[in-house]
Amino acid sequence: MTSAETSVPLLDLRGVSKGFPGVQALDDVHLELHRGEVLALVGENGAGKSTLMKLLAGIYIPDAGSFRLNGREIVIEGPKHAQELGISIIHQEFNLMPDLTVAQNIYIGREQRAAGFFLDERSLNRRARKLFEGLGLALDPTERVEQLTVAKQQMVEIAKALSFDAKVLIMDEPTAALNDAEVDVLFELIGRFKRPDTGVIYISHRMEELTRISDRITVLRDGRNAGTRITAETDQREVISLMVGREISGEQRPVPRAIDGEPVLAVSGLSTRSLLRDVSFEVHAGEILGFAGLMGAGRTEVARAIVGADPRESGEIRMHGRPVSIGNPAEASRHGIGYLSEDRKHLGVLLERSVRENIVLSALRDYTSTLGFVNDTRIEATGRDYIEKLRIKTPSSAQLVRNLSGGNQQKVVIAKWLAKDCDVLIFDEPTRGIDVGAKEEIYALLKGLAEQGKAIVMISSELPEVLRLSDRIAVMAEGRLTAILDNADATQENLMDYATRFSSEGTIA
Amino acid sequence: MTSPTVTPPKPDRDPSTTAFAAIDKGATPRFARIRGSLQQLLAFASLILIVLVFSLASPHFFTTNNLVSILTAATVTGILALGTTFVIITGGIDLSIGTGMVLSGVMAGVFLTYLGWPLWAGVLATILFGGLIGLINGVNISVLGIPPFIATLGMMLIAAGLSLVISGTKPIYFKDHPDFQSIMNLSIIPGIRFPLGVAIFIVMIVVAAVLLSKTILGRYTFSIGSNEAATALSGVNVRRWKIIIYTLAGLFVGLAGVLSASRLSSAQPTGGMGLELEAIAAVVIGGTSLQGGKGSIVGTVIGALIMAVLTNGLRIISVPQEWQSVAVGVVILVAVYLDMLRRRRA
Repeated sequence: MTSAETSVPLLDLRGVSKGFPGVQALDDVHLELHRGEVLALVGENGAGKSTLMKLLAGIYIPDAGSFRLNGREIVIEGPKHAQELGISIIHQEFNLMPDLTVAQNIYIGREQRAAGFFLDERSLNRRARKLFEGLGLALDPTERVEQLTVAKQQMVEIAKALSFDAKVLIMDEPTAALNDAEVDVLFELIGRFKRPDTGVIYISHRMEELTRISDRITVLRDGRNAGTRITAETDQREVISLMVGREISGEQRPVPRAIDGEPVLAVSGLSTRSLLRDVSFEVHAGEILGFAGLMGAGRTEVARAIVGADPRESGEIRMHGRPVSIGNPAEASRHGIGYLSEDRKHLGVLLERSVRENIVLSALRDYTSTLGFVNDTRIEATGRDYIEKLRIKTPSSAQLVRNLSGGNQQKVVIAKWLAKDCDVLIFDEPTRGIDVGAKEEIYALLKGLAEQGKAIVMISSELPEVLRLSDRIAVMAEGRLTAILDNADATQENLMDYATRFSSEGTIA
Repeated sequence: MTSPTVTPPKPDRDPSTTAFAAIDKGATPRFARIRGSLQQLLAFASLILIVLVFSLASPHFFTTNNLVSILTAATVTGILALGTTFVIITGGIDLSIGTGMVLSGVMAGVFLTYLGWPLWAGVLATILFGGLIGLINGVNISVLGIPPFIATLGMMLIAAGLSLVISGTKPIYFKDHPDFQSIMNLSIIPGIRFPLGVAIFIVMIVVAAVLLSKTILGRYTFSIGSNEAATALSGVNVRRWKIIIYTLAGLFVGLAGVLSASRLSSAQPTGGMGLELEAIAAVVIGGTSLQGGKGSIVGTVIGALIMAVLTNGLRIISVPQEWQSVAVGVVILVAVYLDMLRRRRA
């Protein structure tokens, strides 16, 4: 650490500013990457991390500021130039060509050619194979990328970045799609990449990863530096408070309260052909029922089967004590059940339509005259109403949803279902991809909805979130319910225990 | 730092070495490759099946003369389809190839008859003129950012109009060049009427196949269609390559213009509209995805042959012309639906 501090930083950004119409994305930002270190870059969504990355990738040009690489002033002219300078970037969205092979992807733009125009596929594959051997990756250069698992695709991205003989490696949320074992492999790769003349900028939302992988942590807030800490000398609470600009309270639990009366939604004996076996539970008005479990345990499948998005094999659904027949999500919403999908961007909102249109989408019929004309004045009023109620950050109700942050997009989805006036709301990973500050607001919203008498089902992979919000917690493993606990009886440990109670039959491969 | 999120328990093995080796046991590359060739085999098999059915239905179908005339009928559409396969694999579309071909034919008349150029120069200039149409398409799409559908729709109308303007709405005859018609029609195999045009088609198939699978041009064609943004981020000059690809398609259009004018011994200034859709249909029947990223020259050739065999065979078994179009339409729907099923299962 000391030798690195005395020498010239590997990468040194000073006074970097970048504005877009209406937003100052970066304002006088400083960033130092030392040789041989992993620097974590954290911040809420919209803090300026991706803008900074795009400046380093040569996709944007800064308004002001100086970039120094090894003490030498540089101007990054474009993606290719960045690569030539030794700056390699793994973007959050995959940047692979699914129809090409692994080797073709890695060396795209740098093909081995014979006679200038013709490709030399064999030497391309040979080169890739050598690269993988060096990195210790089990990849087949001739395999087509679309045939690979997400994790392997991530490895291809990394291999591609490393194949440039990079000195600076920048990774944007590289573990978002990986499981634990895969994260271990990734971290091992990063460890191997760390040399006295290289450095890594690691962008992540996952706090616990930063401890494992980073040497220092630089925090951005609203496009400015909020502070830099040495990882070993800080803790998660300090980092989060730097991110949001205030202290965040530790573990909270809902106050136990009596929930009585008839259940609003009662599910019994729910099974599907593929996964679910005999799932039964009830949710009451004013209650939040959390669903915990590992990936693939069947939590999302329960929600989808209830709203008729997937076919049910057997099982009965009762609303307010009366059996209902639900064949598709439209019927579910007619019976007062709303499902907020985990895949917000694809299944939750229309990115290219306005905030108010999204909000009234499910309830559009209520805004339409008998002749089929849409009442825009009332839509505008409803839009404004929910923007205010849910504190959606948007310049107007006519703003396109694409331009909102993840947290605000999620609020639009919630508003949409509130406009529909459902009795049961099923939230699937309501805070996925949402930054810490916005999470708090979503939590407050969910609690508020329960207090208003809605019955809430919340599926979440984050146990602290489940424990914090749920009155009762249902745990799933391999398509079965293994427990329903009162919050007071639940701990992270016993939830995890129930989540790993695999049956001996082994219904899933 | 303390971690608040409980992570799932790890499987009991050394993750660093085995994790990725063990992840997907599913699709091995060899299996994928076998499946890939199986797909083309299926398309080929359906072509054979159609040929068989017509052969049984009529004794006049499976004769050397008729097979050659099927190939002859497939030549012009087929050459258009070859060029447009590249465009479609990039995720684009070219609607101007039909009327562009007609305009190229008219230009052949201008070069050879009005200007009196020597045959070789007129033919070369016509092919290059087709390339110019493609170049303009490419610039409009790539530099001006006009969506391919609109850019080439505009060019389709421009080319249709210019053909009429330049020719004065009358056919141009190649009276100074009696040899011109032999480019398409010259019989090159003694005994059977095997025209030079079909041989040119076959050569172009090989050229297109090599371009698509063995050259940097083909690689970037697939890469752009597969993920254009990522290709650009990888440092490939996507704009330039798209211009090149549309220009290439234009060169095929120019050649098709030469061959169709040669076949009729005259440049007809009308028609051509609808031909682009026939060519696109051939590409699509051949398994090339309109979404881009997927496709093959072999598939396109099979697609063009299926179209030609159907039209020819239906005529031979005396299905009225109005029903032939219905049959071709049904074949397109069935072929594309089967292709989707196949992909979904894959």
